[in-house]
Formats: sequence, C-alpha cells, structure tokens
Amino acid sequence: MYRYDQYDHAMVQARVEEFRDQTRRRLEGKLTDDQFKPLRLKNGLYLQLHAYMLRVAIPYGTLNSVQMRKLAHIARKYDRGYGHITTRQNIQYNWIKLEEAPDLLAELAEVEMHGIQTSGESIRNVSADQYAGAAADEIIDPRPWAEMIRQMTTFMPEFSYLPRKFKIAVIASEADRAALRWHDFAVRIVKNEAGEIGFETYAGGGMGRTPFIAFKIRDFLPTSQILSYMQAVLRVWNRNARRDNIHKQRMKILVHELGEEEFRRQVEEEFEHFLTLGEDFPQAEYDRIAAYFAPPPFETGLAEEIDRSDPAFAAWVDQQVVAHKAPGYAIANISLKPIGQIPGDISAEQMDLVADLAERYSFDELRATHAQNLVLPHVRKQDLYAVWTALHEAGLGEANLDLVTDIIACPGLDYCSLANARSIPLAQKLSERFADPARQQDLGELKIKISGCINACGHHHAGNIGILGVDRKGAESYQLLLGGSGDEDTSQAKIAGPGFDEAGIIDAIERAVEQYRSIRTPGERFIDTYRRVGMDGFKEAIYG
Amino acid sequence: MKILTGNDLKTGAVVWWDGQGWSIHVEDAVDVGDAAEAILAREDAACRVNGGYAIDAEPEAGGGVRPAHIKDRVRAYGPTVRPDLTLKPADPNAGNWVI
Repeated sequence: MYRYDQYDHAMVQARVEEFRDQTRRRLEGKLTDDQFKPLRLKNGLYLQLHAYMLRVAIPYGTLNSVQMRKLAHIARKYDRGYGHITTRQNIQYNWIKLEEAPDLLAELAEVEMHGIQTSGESIRNVSADQYAGAAADEIIDPRPWAEMIRQMTTFMPEFSYLPRKFKIAVIASEADRAALRWHDFAVRIVKNEAGEIGFETYAGGGMGRTPFIAFKIRDFLPTSQILSYMQAVLRVWNRNARRDNIHKQRMKILVHELGEEEFRRQVEEEFEHFLTLGEDFPQAEYDRIAAYFAPPPFETGLAEEIDRSDPAFAAWVDQQVVAHKAPGYAIANISLKPIGQIPGDISAEQMDLVADLAERYSFDELRATHAQNLVLPHVRKQDLYAVWTALHEAGLGEANLDLVTDIIACPGLDYCSLANARSIPLAQKLSERFADPARQQDLGELKIKISGCINACGHHHAGNIGILGVDRKGAESYQLLLGGSGDEDTSQAKIAGPGFDEAGIIDAIERAVEQYRSIRTPGERFIDTYRRVGMDGFKEAIYG
Repeated sequence: MKILTGNDLKTGAVVWWDGQGWSIHVEDAVDVGDAAEAILAREDAACRVNGGYAIDAEPEAGGGVRPAHIKDRVRAYGPTVRPDLTLKPADPNAGNWVI
C-alpha cells in the first residue's frame, strides 16, 4: 500500500499544527463559530447531536494493522471504545472533544492518516473496489490510479473551493463493488481491442435529495490523460454550477440541466485545452506510485482444498469467502452486521483483533467496504479456519454477506444532526426478524439500505429494498422503496406508496419479501423478480 | 415553555440552560420566556456553548422537562441504540421517553 513520502508527512503535520492553532483561537473566543466551522470541517470534525464527530479518511478503504491498532487506540483514548465504518469506506468516532481533537489528529498523522477530504465542499476520499489487488476478475489493481487521483486532488487550488462535495470511485472489473455510477465522477479501468489499458468514464451520478445515475461520458480515455480529463470535468462544473442554491450545486444537477451531450461537448472542449498544457503524469510517476501496490509475495504450491467438516465454518466460507487471483488464496469478508447489532460499528477490541489477523494472515492488509464491512484481502485457504475461529469468538463470524441481514444503515437520528428519523433501530429489528440462517439463504441476495434523511448516506436509492426516514409532524415515518441497485446493473429505487411507522415498515418489508418468495422463478434474486413484475407485482402484497 | 440548549464548546456535550449556567441534564432546564435571544447572545460571546438555540418543551409531572421535538429528546437522552452510553444507563425505560 502507499506510504507517505517526506512531502506527505510535512503536509499532514503542518495541517495538524494549523488546526491546533485554529482550535486554540476558537476556545479562547478569537474565532466565532461561523469562522471556525469551515476550518474544522476541512479536517473532518463535525458537530453532531451528542458531541463532535470525527471522520477519518481511509483512502480507497485500504489500511494496515498499525493503522487499525491506532484507530482502536483512538477509540479508547478519545472516544467511547468504538468506531463506525461509513458508506464511503471511512471510519468515524461519535464522542470527540474539541479540546482533544488536535492531539487526536497528531496521533493519526503518526500512522499516515487524517480527516482531510471527509467533509466540506471538497473532493471526498476516493473510493474503490474493496477487493482491489486480490480480485480474480480485475484487469489491474485500480488503487494506484485511486492514489494518483487522491494526490492530484487533495490540495489543488482549483478544487479547494468547489460548489459542493464531489465523490469519485475507481474500479477495474466488470463487477461493480463500489457503487460506481452513484458517484459524481467514476472510472472503470478497461482494456481496448488493442490491449491497451484505459478508463471508461462516468459523470453526473449521486444520491441525496435528487438522485441521478451517472452516464457514460467516454468509452475509452488513455490513462496518461486522466489529470487533464478530470480538470476538464471539474472546470465545466466549477464554471457553471448553481452556487446560488445549495440544493442545485452538485454536478449531477448541472449534467441533468445541460444534458449529457452538451456536458460532454463542454468537457471535451476543455479537455483539448488542458492537453496542450502538458500537465499530465509522466509514466515514471505512475510507475513510482504503482510500486507501492506491488502484489505481496504470494506463496506457490498451496493447497486449494478447504476442510469443511465444521458446518458453521463451511457456511461462513460459502457466504464470506470470495475467489482470489492467486492460487491457494482467498478473500475473506468480515461481517460488521451481527444479528441485532448496529451496522458498521466495531469495538476497539475487535479492531485490535482484526489488525492481528491482518498482520498474521493477510500480508498486513485490511479493507473497509462501502457496505460497512471489512475485508482480509489475501488469506491462504489453509488459514481460513483459524481466521474464522478468531472472528467467531469475537462476535465477527456472521455469515451474511449480501444477504437480507447485511443491511447498510446511516447513523440516523440516534447520532446525526441532519437526520429526521432513526435508522439503526430499523436495521436491528429487520436483522432480528430475518435472523434465521436458513431463511436468509433461501432469500438469497437481498440488499436493504436505510437512510434517516433525504441526504441518503444509507444509500436507500440503491437498495433492492430502500427505507427513507422522514419527519411527519414531529414523528418518525418511513418510506419504502423497491428496485434499487448499486452494482453493475445500477438502478434507482422507486417509492412504493404511503409511508409507515416503525412497526409498520418492518411488517411491510416482510410482506414484500414473502411476495418475492411466492412469485420468484428459479434462480431469480429479489431485484430480478422486481424488474420482471415491477412495483405493481408487489404493491398489493405490501398495502393490501 | 421555552428552554435553551446547545453543545458545550470544549467537549461537545449537550447542555441545557438552568438559569445560572449550562447543565447536562434536561431536567434542570428552565423556562426562559422571551429572554432567549438575550441569553444566547451573552453566552455566545462568552464562548461556552456552540450553536445555542431555543426550543419548545413541556414541563412533566415530577419536575422533568420534555422537549417538543424528538431530535431534542434524543439529544437529551443519548443514542437510543446505546443505552449504556446515555445519562441513565441503569433505567431500562428511559429510552421510551424519547419516543
């Protein structure tokens, strides 16, 4: 994985000291709240319902054991013993004290981490396929490009006063595990007929109050031109964005208003200009970055067989383990969705354990996923039983990847100052309602995603079943949506009908699920059945 | 009744105006009548509280205070999904007060 050079260290440490001074001035009353707020947000420090909340960037979801242990230490020393994996592959802490925040950031900097680009009108932490560098189906490891994009966007002046936040994703396979087309800008690494590597590029996606699925803006962009191309995209947006209306500032709105063809035309025009400046990366720079992501020294001649004599272990393997590109190795997914628990929450003790497992069994690598789980990317198949045993003993052995209890949920009204309704209690109740492993297996892939407000941090637009919490005359109410996907078959969920209270939405979802069971054809997933029969095929079952 | 709330500047903790200063217990909140603006301006200048604001609330039998909106009741109680982290971790019914 990427390691800081002297410039990275200097920049992050300078930022910590700058923030220390800003915090001191705020505490002494020399800065007002209005003056200080944008400064703390540039370092990932929010003010939520109960305390300050710090969001720590995990670039493209990759971290090592030293970093994970530091995150555990921070949970203990500065928070209340736990953290929360977010839907942008980051981690956030809910109980931070402002007076301690500079020391916390200094400790993060020791392990090459920070909260920059996790808030505000910036290019947010670049996300990527959590299986990058391990996936059997990838063309190349997409992380060198994610890292290059991160470096070129972090402190670039033109990108430091954007109209609104801007989210980027990078993948390198047909399968989309990063919700690519729900991003403002996204690239899928492809190979053309000549065998050259390039980018298939997408623009104009996003969730929030006005959801749009990104359109393909280019079939093939030579990798060497990515900086010019991104500058062109951002220049067109920066120039034309509706800065007069916060709800219309995202690039997706501009793309929608200009239309795909006009947006593409303007980008191409700017692109031609940027190409003449000769600012794109030389190949040597890519090679330098890519060297950090060289494959680990995989052993050869390893056994492929897995002893499945323990049925609980076998069930976990079937659900959580994914094919690896190297013979004898596997990708092991760690569920942060134990039945009835809070999606994405992980205790300091669990962080330490996962760090130990990564160090011992996965070439010191860990990944965070946008579905709020973790991944050990490089595990020898012969070590899977030891890994599972340790996870199981720590309450992390759930076998529910992509099943009905693998629910994405934002923090909702239990923590978030923007939320209108609680999300987590719904996730917990649904998890308990569908806890039976045999029932989960029977239902197959079924992705439920819950947001506590229209900002859609819980990705409800992309849920096979989505839930949106709203405020109805001071009481929590929940809208039910069906038909969304964040995968390669991206689609936007539609509202089923009138909303429900908390008990009602749980029952309504069970009715929708049972309707699926009763009308599905062999091999059909929930989303397939929905696409075949449409909302009408579910409405009567849901509403009677 | 009108009560005042905000977050402690240093710690971020939820606080309520008790007539003399800021308390972490909503039960201590007092009716400020039409003095909200003046108190908030003074307290903002004193840099003790972040983002103070006035809310509607109702007095409860037994001396409690119940904020009108669920968001402020969650703030007063703590996360309903982590009763162990609230101000009343030993009271199994405290969470019902929020809803």
